[in-house]
Amino acid sequence: MAAVTASFQRSRRARLQAFRYVVLIAAAIFFLVPLLAMFEFSTRKGLNVGSGFTLTYWRQIFDYPDLVAAITASLQLAAITSIGMLVLLVPTMVWVRLRLPRLTRIVEFICLLPLTIPAIVLVVGFFPMYQWMGINFSDSILTLSFAYVVLVLPYCYRALDAGLGAIDVKTLTEAARSLGASWFTVMWRVIVPNISSAILNAALLSVALVLGEYTIAQNLLYNNLQVEIAQLGRANAGVSIAVAVASLLFAFILLVVLAFVGRRRRQPSETLVQDFARGGRK
Amino acid sequence: MTAAGNPAVSTTAGRPFVGGRRLPLGWVGAVPFFAYVAVFLLLPTGIIAVGAFLAEDGSATLSNFSSLSQSNIVKASVNTVFLSAVTAVVGASLGALVAYAVATGNPDGILRRLVVSASGVLAQFGGVTLAFAFLATIGPAGLVYLFVKQHGVDFYANGYWIYDLRGLQLVYLYFQIPLMVLVFLPAVDGIKPQWREAAESLGGSTWHYWRYVAGPLLFPAFIGCTLLLFANAFSAYATANALINQGAPVLSQQINNALSSEVGLHKPGLANAIAIEMIVIVVLATVLYSLLQRRSSRWLQ
Repeated sequence: MAAVTASFQRSRRARLQAFRYVVLIAAAIFFLVPLLAMFEFSTRKGLNVGSGFTLTYWRQIFDYPDLVAAITASLQLAAITSIGMLVLLVPTMVWVRLRLPRLTRIVEFICLLPLTIPAIVLVVGFFPMYQWMGINFSDSILTLSFAYVVLVLPYCYRALDAGLGAIDVKTLTEAARSLGASWFTVMWRVIVPNISSAILNAALLSVALVLGEYTIAQNLLYNNLQVEIAQLGRANAGVSIAVAVASLLFAFILLVVLAFVGRRRRQPSETLVQDFARGGRK
Repeated sequence: MTAAGNPAVSTTAGRPFVGGRRLPLGWVGAVPFFAYVAVFLLLPTGIIAVGAFLAEDGSATLSNFSSLSQSNIVKASVNTVFLSAVTAVVGASLGALVAYAVATGNPDGILRRLVVSASGVLAQFGGVTLAFAFLATIGPAGLVYLFVKQHGVDFYANGYWIYDLRGLQLVYLYFQIPLMVLVFLPAVDGIKPQWREAAESLGGSTWHYWRYVAGPLLFPAFIGCTLLLFANAFSAYATANALINQGAPVLSQQINNALSSEVGLHKPGLANAIAIEMIVIVVLATVLYSLLQRRSSRWLQ
């Protein structure tokens, strides 16, 4: 009886292993081939596969002034959005923890709201606001960062919340205040250094999201990086795919840094990764 | 101020911010945040909600909703529901297989870590870059297409299906499958090997185990995750717009059409009404997802 069970289990193990290999190899092919194909396309010499390797398209990137302007604008937007988000969110979250714990749920609800509202829906509400802003205030592409701060709220909230949860904000603040530190000193020299990896997480997520953003910019008629790539794709597919590969590599590097930084504190948490997966550039 | 007026508080003078009397001013610190979200999150939402009931001249009307029954909007709605449902069901099934393949391996192994982080990256990988990646792969000048064509197979013999909804279905799977892996893996992890042993010691076969133990336990989580994938595909815009230039077959593209003045007239009322339609469907799917998630977490921790 025991021998029968053992051999039965052994054959089941073998079948399970075979199943795992088949599934994982098939998945690897499905997910890796498009990435490789994109790289191959951007370095293809002739019109056919296997006709040689060239970096012409990559060199041509800087021959398109509109493209360079869009890259610059997107990098500026990423920086402004990250800083704006941190200035808005970090003091508020610390303050709510210390003084207004009853507001925790409301702040969390508001911050996670953009996860449920699709960007294409939100942009309908932004449209008249940006029309008004364009006439009365500024029509610079950098005004997009107002909308982008809202877009990155959920991910940054989760990242910062995990960081603040890992330290004892109350005791640290009380200790610093009783030694005569001002609120600014508490914030800048006590809280921020203690949640530095969470802040880096939040900033990197913002940068990755802003560099991949298309929906809001395109509907509000601004040419950021992704909008420009899409337009260039119709004129010169090789160059636009080269830029797409470059921006993708940049985002991958950011996310690898994120995973590396996160590991020290066993973060980002699974919910953070899940949220991030639900949002993004789709 | 507090310490001088009330001797009972003086014991806490070293940490003045917990003094009871100063608490009423605490809300000031939260004002910048609430002001910002009021302007840039609640105001746009309000504009949509109110604007959907306003006519061009500013009077109250329901005509925006009745224009949802225009043939192109109805067609786009049906297309989008179909597209989202197909990619959700196929993506959920394939994603569940990958999740199971990962969960049966070493829980601390490199493979699992690799698959989870790759899924995190791939699931948010969409938009223009994703559309271009597939065009570079199976587009008319793509690597795989040219390769198989050289070997005598032309999968575009009946037209370039990559540029219509069939192509979009394939492309969406690229972010649907990884999302399923991420959200379904915790449920698969919750299955205890003891349940399998218990089923076997009672004489149950593999089929019995899946039919009466693991299947019913995983089913609510599976349906819930499928709904999340549905909402995910339903709210997508960038990928569809980058791949399909003609005809705006997807509902989110109809919003763009109604907003932009290039195509016909600028129709903000219609855009608001479509936005409401989308938000109702997405919120419904997301709420059902969290209800089912709560239900399944009772057994699968």
